[in-house]
Amino acid sequence: MRELQRYLNDLIDRIIYLQDIKGEDWEGLPAILSELNSLKENFYQITEKTCQARLEAIDNRLSLLEEQADKTLTPYETVKIVRNPQRFTLLDILENVYDSFTELGGEGEINVDPAVICARAMISRRVGDKIYMHQVIVIGHEKGHGEEFRNGGSAKPWGNEKALRYMRVAETEGIPIHFYVFTPGAFPIEDYPGAAQQIARNLYFMSKLKVPTVAFISEGGSGGAEAIALSDVRLMAAYGYYSVISPEGAAAIEGKLKEGQRPPRDLVEFCARQLKITAKDNLRLGTIDRIVPEPPLGARRNDYQFFKRLRYEMIRATDEAVLRTKSLKAFRSYALKRKSEEENPPDEFDVYVRWELSDVEIEKLLDLRSKKYREMSRHVLGLKKSPLKNYIEKSQDLGLRVYHDLRYGFLKQSQKMIQRVMEDISGEGFAFLKQLTEPLKSTYDLLGTKGRRGRAKPVVEEPVIEDVSELYVSPLALEDRTVTCPNAEKFGCQDIWVPDLYGEFCGVCPTCGYHFPLEYQWYLSNVFDANSIKEFNAHIASTNPLGFEGFDKKLALARKKTGRNSAMITFQAKIGGISLIVAMLIADFRQGTVGAAEGEKFIQACDRARITKRPFLAFIHTTGGIRIHEGTLGVIQMPRCTLAVREYIDEGGLYLVVYDNNSYAGPVASFLGCSPYQFAIRSTRLGFAGPRVIRETTGEDIPPDYHSAENALRRGHIQGIWDRREIRKKLYEALLTMGGKNLYYR
Amino acid sequence: MALDNRKIDELLRAFKANPYRVFVVGAPHTGYVREILVKEGDEVKGPSGKWLEKPGTPLFVLERERNPKTIRAKVNGVVSKIRHELHGKFVEAFEPILEIKHPLSQKEIIAEILREALHIVKAPEKARYFLSPELAQRIEKEGEGRVVVKPGDELAIMYFMKRETPILHEGPPMVVFRVFFSRGQMVEQGEPLFGLCTEEERPYLEKLIARVKEEWKA
Repeated sequence: MRELQRYLNDLIDRIIYLQDIKGEDWEGLPAILSELNSLKENFYQITEKTCQARLEAIDNRLSLLEEQADKTLTPYETVKIVRNPQRFTLLDILENVYDSFTELGGEGEINVDPAVICARAMISRRVGDKIYMHQVIVIGHEKGHGEEFRNGGSAKPWGNEKALRYMRVAETEGIPIHFYVFTPGAFPIEDYPGAAQQIARNLYFMSKLKVPTVAFISEGGSGGAEAIALSDVRLMAAYGYYSVISPEGAAAIEGKLKEGQRPPRDLVEFCARQLKITAKDNLRLGTIDRIVPEPPLGARRNDYQFFKRLRYEMIRATDEAVLRTKSLKAFRSYALKRKSEEENPPDEFDVYVRWELSDVEIEKLLDLRSKKYREMSRHVLGLKKSPLKNYIEKSQDLGLRVYHDLRYGFLKQSQKMIQRVMEDISGEGFAFLKQLTEPLKSTYDLLGTKGRRGRAKPVVEEPVIEDVSELYVSPLALEDRTVTCPNAEKFGCQDIWVPDLYGEFCGVCPTCGYHFPLEYQWYLSNVFDANSIKEFNAHIASTNPLGFEGFDKKLALARKKTGRNSAMITFQAKIGGISLIVAMLIADFRQGTVGAAEGEKFIQACDRARITKRPFLAFIHTTGGIRIHEGTLGVIQMPRCTLAVREYIDEGGLYLVVYDNNSYAGPVASFLGCSPYQFAIRSTRLGFAGPRVIRETTGEDIPPDYHSAENALRRGHIQGIWDRREIRKKLYEALLTMGGKNLYYR
Repeated sequence: MALDNRKIDELLRAFKANPYRVFVVGAPHTGYVREILVKEGDEVKGPSGKWLEKPGTPLFVLERERNPKTIRAKVNGVVSKIRHELHGKFVEAFEPILEIKHPLSQKEIIAEILREALHIVKAPEKARYFLSPELAQRIEKEGEGRVVVKPGDELAIMYFMKRETPILHEGPPMVVFRVFFSRGQMVEQGEPLFGLCTEEERPYLEKLIARVKEEWKA
């Protein structure tokens, strides 16, 4: 009888699960549920045989319905599967996939951040009769089965910091890392270390993490997911989702809904469909490497067969990451590939792969990781060239590289080395001579009647930068009217005459210093030396890779309005004679959002700065984050660009970031936030998520100046605030002080 | 002002007869009144939100040098006496455009009464203020509104840039009825620190506050 009762309860659970996914009234589910409930109420009044027969009949019906549900599953229903409390979480994985584990940095509620779990774990594999144990560090989000304190797997900034700490431990000990992504997104608060800043730091570190890494994505919510998802092999659960924004968030933006309004179901379904968030979509787009199969309607916490499969897939993926770095690998790779074709996960492996890497292998691992990410999303840009053109460009690149390696590498390095030796010799000689001459000098001074003439101090000339000769006047200044400063009530600012404001005052209120927004052309004309700007890669154009309905029109409109192909302008320019490479995100083109084209242009600019050994400046006129219409192809720009920045800085480059107007979300949480030198122009607002998202996510209101540049400086996010009227001078000074002698490479 | 039962009744009657304060909204500067955005009898709201970040209800648009400026309500209340004849006309600065009848809340009435009835000790400088240890101890022991201070008694310590200056009580012995700052709070110059009253006035003041609390909704 007890068995029957359990059987009945299981059936009820299955119906509730189905109702959660497909809706309360789907295909007569309420009738089946009431039938089961009446059976439960009269459980002891009916015979065992009758009960068994009725339950089996319901089971058969239910199986058919489940099959039907699985076939007609929409992307939004997949999101519901992922969010269901019955779905497996990281702790279930640690219990069932790994042989043993010790949680690090907290336990349950007593934790730095209960939404992030770090653990030292053992995973075993059987090869023949032998059992091999592997040590790994497991880092991932824990959603908890209804535990409030887990915050639904939304990592707070200090949770991501904890993750970074244990990545360092793994690197020190040389053991692989398994990342598990179960997050709807990062918790969007700016408290130290700051949501965006910490994700940027994590990405920067992971891009050159010297151990094999494997990520498994079940719920990949944008930037929060990326904080622990940059890896050598990326797996995704068959019923998982990986997206740039939640379908509800996208619906609120698309439907232009007011705060507090619930988006209609149809619109949410539409957005989920358009965003291409399912595992199959992501595999097609190339943002993941492989799908881990799940039972129909997704694995739940007691699907032990799935855990067996996951264990096999994680070991196999780690093996792959390791084997790629080995020179002797053909047979083992073949063995792994052959096994993977089997439908059920095999109990034993044909091969054993040691997961430790030598220095040479680590170098290859990092190189392969770099190549892998650099290739992602490039296919959507249509950058294929004719072989001849490709050949010519490659030769040009090689020529440039050789020239700059010679000019700033070999020659400059030799010159520097000789200079250093000469300095050492002269320093030693001076110290030696001083020992000999000092007694004589003292005696001379004692006997001498004349006072010693002080040596004239050498005058160090301060570098002076000339103003741009031809003054550019903003078209905004061509109106005969006045405007009111937004701070007028607070500081009593007078109304400002527009030609004055946008002309002489450079868009700055003369009373309180508030900076009115100015167009990007103003900066191009007033910051850089006259006629020094040479744009490149202007042909790389933003596309609509997901075929997002209605986005083609919006793109065409942006192109027409700006006369540009993307929101990113990359160019070579000079400031006071200092040559540098600049990447600029502009507000006029889709609010400076970053998609595949912008990412590619940024990477190419970064590479050009690396090859030509120039300082690299990212000037952010405005950025609204990652372009949601490009889905995960947009999200993937975060690790891609951060990787390019890391390679540039590691090779000795100087990377500066200057923010203006508004800078939020993905770019700030990756390739901008990772810069060691970030500055903001006064009145800039920058952060991770806007006030509305913060209110809706955290349920708490934020002060109006939460994202101000002053607060960003207070939190240590940026290193200084600049006045727009002095930006040319400030940039010049920054290049000299931060670059100094090493301006053209350390 | 010496308080007694008659005075209390008089004060309360005055507030009851007119529990409003009328705010005259004028043009902040010269300009043309382009649009009046409210009607007589409309309820308007002043700035709201935790940081008063949500602006008040728009009242009218004043344009100067092709710069239309929306003038918003600074207090809650009901709009009255709109001068429609000014619509589209040029007005001088401070020319009244409309009035907002602001219903006084219980808190505001109490503040008004205290302002009138108490002898206020103001902050002489912008600094951090601490209650003098003796006074703090006595208030803790006897309760707020019970402690009598004599001339020369130390009321508070003004602390600024490592410099401590005592603030002494001057005048006749009085009861410390209200302390308007918390420990170590930075108080601007001229802001109230203490509200004092005579021993005889105290019961009447307490009675008055109790009656306001009783008769006005919070």
